[in-house]
Parts: sequence; C-alpha cells; structure tokens
Amino acid sequence: MRYLPLTDRDRGEMLAAIGVDSIDALFADVPGAARLEGLVDLPNAMGEIEVERAISHMASRNVAAGSVPFFIGGGAYRHHIPAAVDHLIQRGEFLTSYTPYQPELAQGTLQYLFEFQTQVAMLTSMEVANASLYDGATACAEAVMMANRLTRRRKAVLSGGLHSHYREVCETYARFVGFELGILDPVPGGAEDLTELVGRDTSCVVVQNPDFFGEIRDYSDLARNCHDAGALLVVVITEILSLGAIIPPGAMGADIVAAEGQSLGNALNFGGPHLGLFASRDKFVRQMPGRLAGQTVDADDRRGWVLTLSTREQHIRRERATSNICTNSGLCALAFTIHLSLLGETGLTRLAQLNHAAAVSLAERLECITGVQLINRAFFNEFALRLPRPAAAVVETLAEKGVLAGIPVSRFYPNRPELGDVLVVAATEMATPEDMDRLEMELREALS
Amino acid sequence: MSTFRFTRDHEWVRLDGDLAIVGITDYAQSQLGDVVYVELPEIGHRVAKGTEAAVVESVKAASEVYAPVSGEVAEINEALTADPAKVNADPMGEGWFIKLRLDDPKELDSLMDEEGYKRFIEEQC
Amino acid sequence: MSARPVEDRTADGPVLPLETITGNRALQIEEKLIFEQGSPGRCGVDLVDPPPFQARLGGLERQGAIGLPGLSEPQVVRHFTRLSQKNYAIDSGLYPLGSCTMKHNPRLNEKLARLPGLADIHPLQPVSTIPGALALIDTLVHWLKTLTGMPAIAMSPGAGAHGELCGIMSIRAALEARGDRRRRVLVPESAHGTNPATAAACGYDVDPVSGNLEGRVDVGALKAKLDTDVAALMLTNPNTCGLFENEIIEIAAAVHAAGAFFYCDGANFNAIVGRVRPADLGIDCMHLNLHKTFSTPHGGGGPGSGPVALAASLSAYAPLPWLVHGPEGLELVEHKSGNAQQAIGRLKGFHGQMGMFVRALAYMMSHGADGLRQVAEDAVLNANYLRVRLESDLSLSFPGPCMHEVLFDDRFLKETGITTLDFAKAVIDEGYHPMTMYFPLVVHGALLIEPTETESKASLDQFAVTLKALAAEARSGGAARFHAAPRWTPRRRLDETAAARKPVLRWDPEPVRQTKE
Repeated sequence: MRYLPLTDRDRGEMLAAIGVDSIDALFADVPGAARLEGLVDLPNAMGEIEVERAISHMASRNVAAGSVPFFIGGGAYRHHIPAAVDHLIQRGEFLTSYTPYQPELAQGTLQYLFEFQTQVAMLTSMEVANASLYDGATACAEAVMMANRLTRRRKAVLSGGLHSHYREVCETYARFVGFELGILDPVPGGAEDLTELVGRDTSCVVVQNPDFFGEIRDYSDLARNCHDAGALLVVVITEILSLGAIIPPGAMGADIVAAEGQSLGNALNFGGPHLGLFASRDKFVRQMPGRLAGQTVDADDRRGWVLTLSTREQHIRRERATSNICTNSGLCALAFTIHLSLLGETGLTRLAQLNHAAAVSLAERLECITGVQLINRAFFNEFALRLPRPAAAVVETLAEKGVLAGIPVSRFYPNRPELGDVLVVAATEMATPEDMDRLEMELREALS
Repeated sequence: MSTFRFTRDHEWVRLDGDLAIVGITDYAQSQLGDVVYVELPEIGHRVAKGTEAAVVESVKAASEVYAPVSGEVAEINEALTADPAKVNADPMGEGWFIKLRLDDPKELDSLMDEEGYKRFIEEQC
Repeated sequence: MSARPVEDRTADGPVLPLETITGNRALQIEEKLIFEQGSPGRCGVDLVDPPPFQARLGGLERQGAIGLPGLSEPQVVRHFTRLSQKNYAIDSGLYPLGSCTMKHNPRLNEKLARLPGLADIHPLQPVSTIPGALALIDTLVHWLKTLTGMPAIAMSPGAGAHGELCGIMSIRAALEARGDRRRRVLVPESAHGTNPATAAACGYDVDPVSGNLEGRVDVGALKAKLDTDVAALMLTNPNTCGLFENEIIEIAAAVHAAGAFFYCDGANFNAIVGRVRPADLGIDCMHLNLHKTFSTPHGGGGPGSGPVALAASLSAYAPLPWLVHGPEGLELVEHKSGNAQQAIGRLKGFHGQMGMFVRALAYMMSHGADGLRQVAEDAVLNANYLRVRLESDLSLSFPGPCMHEVLFDDRFLKETGITTLDFAKAVIDEGYHPMTMYFPLVVHGALLIEPTETESKASLDQFAVTLKALAAEARSGGAARFHAAPRWTPRRRLDETAAARKPVLRWDPEPVRQTKE
C-alpha cells in the first residue's frame, strides 16, 4: 500500500524487538467483545486510478460555476484567483506544516500570519485582527460573545439584514452558552430603527454591510448611539472585496468586525473551508478569540514572530478560555494573504470597481424587464430584485436552462411568504456580457 | 510593623491601617514565570474570602488570585498594567495587586503566618 | 542563553566571520515583510479597466488609502517561497507530536479536491445541479458510520474543538428534551484543554476525574462522582497517555446507569481505526478529526474538519443541515422542520468543510477496509518500537505496551539542569520537530511521541538513535548545548515574554494610529 512504508519484514523485526509474537498482543487492552476479528464492510484498498475514477464521476455530476452563466452570492462569491496562489499554498512547507507552536521552526507561517493580520486590520480600518477563525458565521457568534464579556451584558440585537446562517449560528450559541438575542425581521429595502432597541442591557448591535440584500449603509450614527448606551457595534461583512470600494467599518466607529474572507484566494468549495476574519480595537485584544501572531526578537536580537496572548486559549485557560477554538483557517488565510499581496492597493480597488461595474450593468438590464423591480438604493456586487412571481420556481426553471440566476430568499426564509418573490443576484468580475445576455434572456422568458 | 499572612493558594495579605493589601508570594511568582499581564477588579467590587479577586498571566499559565479575606476593593495597583514584571521583581512589595476594605479582621486569624507558610511550602510543594 | 560564537577559527589560522554580508546563510534567506517591500502603483494582477459607468454606492465610497503594498508576481512568489523555506513540515521530516497524528498528506487528495466539479460549486446552487456533491458527502458519511458503528454523523463542525461543542450541545439538548437538567460534566485530568473549555462554554461545571497509577481513569473515583447531576463523561480513548482505557465498557455502563451520556474525544482514533468501533465500546458521541486520522493537511494550523458520530439517542439533535435520503434522492434539510425539529440549529455557515471531505474520502478509498486496519496496526507498532528503543534512555511514564503514542516524563533529566523545553529545543537542532511537551499534565515535564504509520523503520531508527544520544549527553553534563538550542534554525529562541507584555500584532508605518471613537 503506497502510503505505508513498513514491509512485512520490517514488521517482523519490530515485533521481535518489542518481544511479542503478533500485533494482536499490542491490542490486548481492547475488551474481547469490542475486538473486530475481520475487516469492516467497506471496499478494500484502491489504486490512484480507481480512486480518481470514482471521485471524478461524482464531480462530473455537478454543474461547475465556471461552466455556466453564474450569479449566486449570498455569502460565498466566485472570483478569479491568480495562478500563483494555488501553487504557493501547495508548497509542502506550507501545506503539511503544523500549528506554529515551535516558533523557531515556523517563522514562515508566523510571518505570513502577521502580514495577514495587518492586511485584515488595514482593510477593515480596525486596530488589530486575529489569525482567522473557521468562517464568517462563527466569527459573528464569537463577536457577540466577546461583546458580552466586555460589557458584562447578555443581550445582543441582530439586524434583519444579517445573513440568515450567521443569525442561526448566533441563535445556537445563545441557547447553549447562555445569552439573549433581539432579532429583527428581514425587510429588503426597508429602514430598520436599531437605535430604538439599544438599552442599558444591550451588549452589542450586529449589522451587516453590505447587508444580505446587498444594501450599503453608513452606521456611524448607530455606533454613536451604541457607545452612548455602553454597548458595542459589531459589523459583519460577507463580501470582503467590498472594502475595496466602500466605507470600512473602522471609519464608522465599529468596535468588532466579523467577516468572511473567502472571496480572496479561496474557491467556493461548496461552502467550506472558508475563512473567518476578526478585527477589533487594541484595548479589547485580550478578549479576542482565536490565535494571534506577535512580533518579538530572538536571542540574537533579530526580529521574529511567535503566537502570543495564548493564555486566552483553551490549551492554557481550560475552563476559563475566551473560546474553545483550537484551529484557525491557516492555509485559507495564506491564500488570502498571497492573493492580496498580488493585488495590492491598486489591484484591489480596480477589482472592486470591476465588480461594482458588472453589478450596475446587470441591475440596469434586469430592472428593465417588465415586472422586475430593483429593491436597492445602493449596492456593491450583489442586489435584490422583486419578481412578479415566486423566485424559487424561476431559479429552478433557469437552472434547467443552464443559468444559475441567484438565490431565492425563500430558501433562507421558507416561512415568510412576503419574501417569496425576492431574488438576490451577484455579479463579479467573472460575469461576462454574454453571461448577462443569457440571464436577461432566460429571465424574460421565464417571466413572460 | 505589619505582619504578612498567607493562604494555601500562595496569596499574602497584610494590614495597612483599615485596608488589607493583597498580593502573591515569591514562591507563586517563581512558579508562574515571567508575568505578562494582570487582570484587576474594579474599585467598589465586592469579594468574599476564597473567591476570585484577580487573574495573573504568564506566557504559559494563567492563575486566579483568590481573596484571602472578604471585603470591598478600595484600590488597585494600576502600575501593574504598565509593568507586570513588578510581580516578579518585588512580589511582596511593589507587586501588590489590590487593597481591600475589610469586612471582618478576624478572618486574618485563620491564615498562616510567615513560619507556617515556610513550612507549608517545604512540605507540600 | 549563551551567545553564538562570532568567529570560526580555521586550522591554519585565518579567522572567518560567522555572519555573512547579507545576513543570509546560503539557502536560508532573510525576508522582510511585504509592507517593507511594496510600492504604490505596482500590481501583480493585470485587470482590465472598468468601462465608464455611474456608480451606485450610495455616496459611501471608501475615502483615503488602505495602505496595502504593491508587488509584482515575481516578488510575491519569491517572498512566499522564502517564507516557506523557514518552515518545518511533514514533507520535510518526522513530526513526533503526540495526539496530533502528523501523517503523510497524500497528493492525490489535493488533485481531487481541485476538480472543478467539486471546488467550483456554490453551496447555494439548486440541489438539482449538485447531486454529485451530496453523493460524495453521503459516501463519506457511510464510511464514517461503518468505521464507528454509529447510526448518524453530523458533518458540519469546522474542526475538532467545534465537533466537541457540537457533541456537548447535542447532549444538553437531549437532556433538556427529557426535562432533565444536569449541571456537571466529568473530565479526566489528562484531557486536552478543549474538553473542559467546551463543557464550560456550554454552561456546565467541570468536575475533574483523577487517573490511576496505570495511567488510566480511576474507575472507582469516576463511579463515586457519577450521580444524577452528571450530564456526560468526556473521555479520550486511547487516552492522552497513549493507553487504551481497558475498563471502558464498565465505564460506559456506569455512565449510562446514571442517566448520563458518554462523549469520546476521537483525536486518537488512528490507534484503533478498523480494529475497534466506538459504538461497541458504549460511546454515544464521538468527534473525529479528518486532519488527524484521515490525512487532510494541517496547513500550518488549519483548516480542519470535525464531524461527529452520534448514537440513536442523540441523532435527532444533530446540527443543520442534515443530508437525508428523500423520495427523489439526496436532499439537504436546512430548517428545523419535520424530523429535524429538535436539531440544535446551525454551527457554521453552509454545509461543512467540503474541501476536507473530498480529501478524507480519497484517503479512505485509497486505503480501504484492509488498508485502514493496517494503518492502526502500523501506528501502534511504530509507537511500541520507539518505546522499547527509548525506555532505557528516557523515563517511560507507564510501563508496558502503549497504543499509537508513547509517554515519557522528565525524570531522566533530574539534576542535569536541563528541562523538557531545553531537551525539545535540542531536538530541533538535530532536524526534527520536537515531540509534544508538557502535555498531558498528569506527569511532570511530559514528552509525548506519536510517530504515525507513515514513518519507515529507518526513519524511526534514526530518531531513536538521536534521542538516545541526546539523553546520554544530557546526563553527562553537556547542558550548554541544550540551553543554547536551537542554534541552527532561522531564528533562535524567541522572547515570548516581551511578545505578551507589549503585544505588536501588526505592522505600522507610523507609531501612532488614528481611530474613530
């Protein structure tokens, strides 16, 4: 078997050195009733050819996003990833290395994490960022829990524009970790009065910008109101590329930012692994979950990096940890760092412009279709449309015609009939004019 | 001349007027290693004897500092925020953590004196 | 710490400096931060200009520079290549890290994970356009069910610790559903720190259980603590001392008799995969680490994947989404309706770590039932081989055979002035990543070694010879090399105290940053 270096001769020699007759002697502690004498009921070992055939077959049954006109967003976005990114992350020293607990052997990892943290802080215009979390949704829940710890309050208010999955993860944590949520209804195109709900028992208000329907807002006033009440503002971002074009949360007075970084460096991957970004203020850093790479010097007084402030983490605080998180999203963070290094300021802003231009062009076309109404006042690369009939059926029809048109909001809110005709559409730099032609044509036909 | 009293969790306390000054012992700081951060309570916070009053962090460990006596936090050693190394350098003096307004001075009686604590370390640790 | 010598005296006199002009040492090249190399206006990606258009950003355009550096592709490739060369990796050498299972990461896994039909699919595409993705997850679920003997697998947790959270939340939900409020979770003192952190996060009081002299849980002490206030026991098996909990069936019976649930931390599944099914041990709930047992790459710290195997008593509470066999094929259940009404909800966005599912399934199919059983046997064989080669040089904490990892402590370093940490740093100079240090906490100065099955006998022999020589040197007064270690790494020992006292967590162009209050 190609991954197992021991030969039968090796095994014989080793058993002799150990002083036992067979390998079974080393499993003697397993209770007899639990010992499997034979093999489990699964196929035996397969060579690369056979494994590749089997898995390729499964892959071929799926419609790859790049093979059709594609307009789905909703928290995961299809962007171009420069070829160099995937080559670099597959270098064995990155791919197969461990968490940098022995910093002398891991300066490569620690340096790129330090660069990553800096990039995230710059993008969000916040003071400090961690070395990543699992994804945006768990980052959002962690942000609420951090706000609870900082304010010593137990109630968070969630905007109706927050991505449904993010809200659901917060609900799960609220139930078991023990805090409360005030959750607003989703009202596409509507105005929420979040200020009214901020009280002396509020730990934080969570808003998303651009929100789930793509709307962009300035939350500076809300930030001030939160602070006046001793509460914190948490801003969620599901399309990190938007920060190449719109006002960053730090400039609005956000206290904590929980975001999804998948758009840079990372493929869609059917929803995982993705990349949770987390940023906050210096004064709150000791309450931040996740790993942190910090700068220091070595015994020769040369600059280097280590994981620091580890006493917040589970392996030291145990019961008193700020979070039970162990893993970050390492390789995904590296891919993000490399992609953003290649883009730089010029590339990022231009890429953001291309996205917005594509979405503007598409929105202008689609809102000309009879019965279709653009809900957004403003948007980045994703917007919401009201259709003259249920969006889910329209999306299914278009899928059969080979066009992936967007997300029917009813998929997230099956019990809200008032949202049944809303479709969320994303257009990135990967959408061509021909793709948009197809979408427009098929949508017209489906609605006629 | 104020006398030090000691707990089995390696805190010390001594009276200064009507306030009880609390810190961790030399043994404790040597076990912890370099102190990197101290989390102090808020002034006015009430603690019961034996409950957590502060947290002291080194690179490798974080330990609770328990109140040796009950009372209200009257002062905290803000200097430790800027220079946590004071806990290592002078644990019995400048490395003090908090000053408590005592509820009941008699609570000090059940604590070990200097000799008793020395013996405790030798035997137990 | 002793200073690096500054001169190298050659045999016939001339003194050569030990520092080069550049500070580089041949292939070991110093590399600045990207922020220290960039120029505005430089870009490593060629993008077309957008056509002129009317922006609709609501007047909320970003003002001012972000501060990101501009680099060309050659600079970026060189930068990250140089960084990679400062890292140790499984591809470079043995990682004897206990409880981490640092096995070889097969490259077939990487190839298959990148197939467009798997990498370039969106989680919210209509299900009719991704039947193959659901079939892949279903196949993986089938393999995991068969290997664990459990009837249900929750696939969404993002890593092992997340899986633990899933397990404890499911247990709490099950107890609440039967109106049974219990407040304590029992955790052995030898447990990994995530265990008590998870229990505490879910609102439980953590009650530690001591171990016995054989390195296993003290069953008497455990039974004394089991009452109707205990929600669960969290056990690792094989445990963190590398030993199989031989009384586990009795333990399971006692836990169930008290009305509690039996959670197993599956970090050490590599020792028993294909030879023992957790269900047969009475386990109700066990998380698996795809990045340990099933070879998905560690990637310098992530991403992982932590699916959770659930008994019938817990499956109703599994987190969303559920993958079910419907009348027309595989379906995703994304809301708490029908059978999923009692699901604990969502733990993560979307459906789970699909990229890791592909890799793990490729690994499993490559090994098959026979290969996976061989994996456990070779893992246990390798660890025991190291045990017998090292037990007279290092101090073995528990006599007798171990499973896939072997535990030593620092008694062999007594009176040498050398700590476990010093010893580990000297191991680095010899070209190895150190073994796990100071864990588990139940012995002093622990050294936990797990070679895994992908190490050859020759690799193990060389490692054993090296450790024996280091141990001999430690005991014969050679403390200096241990205190100075590591000397040959890109950086020597780093000042972690300074890093924690005055944290510098980002690069800054200026000393003072303005932020909006």
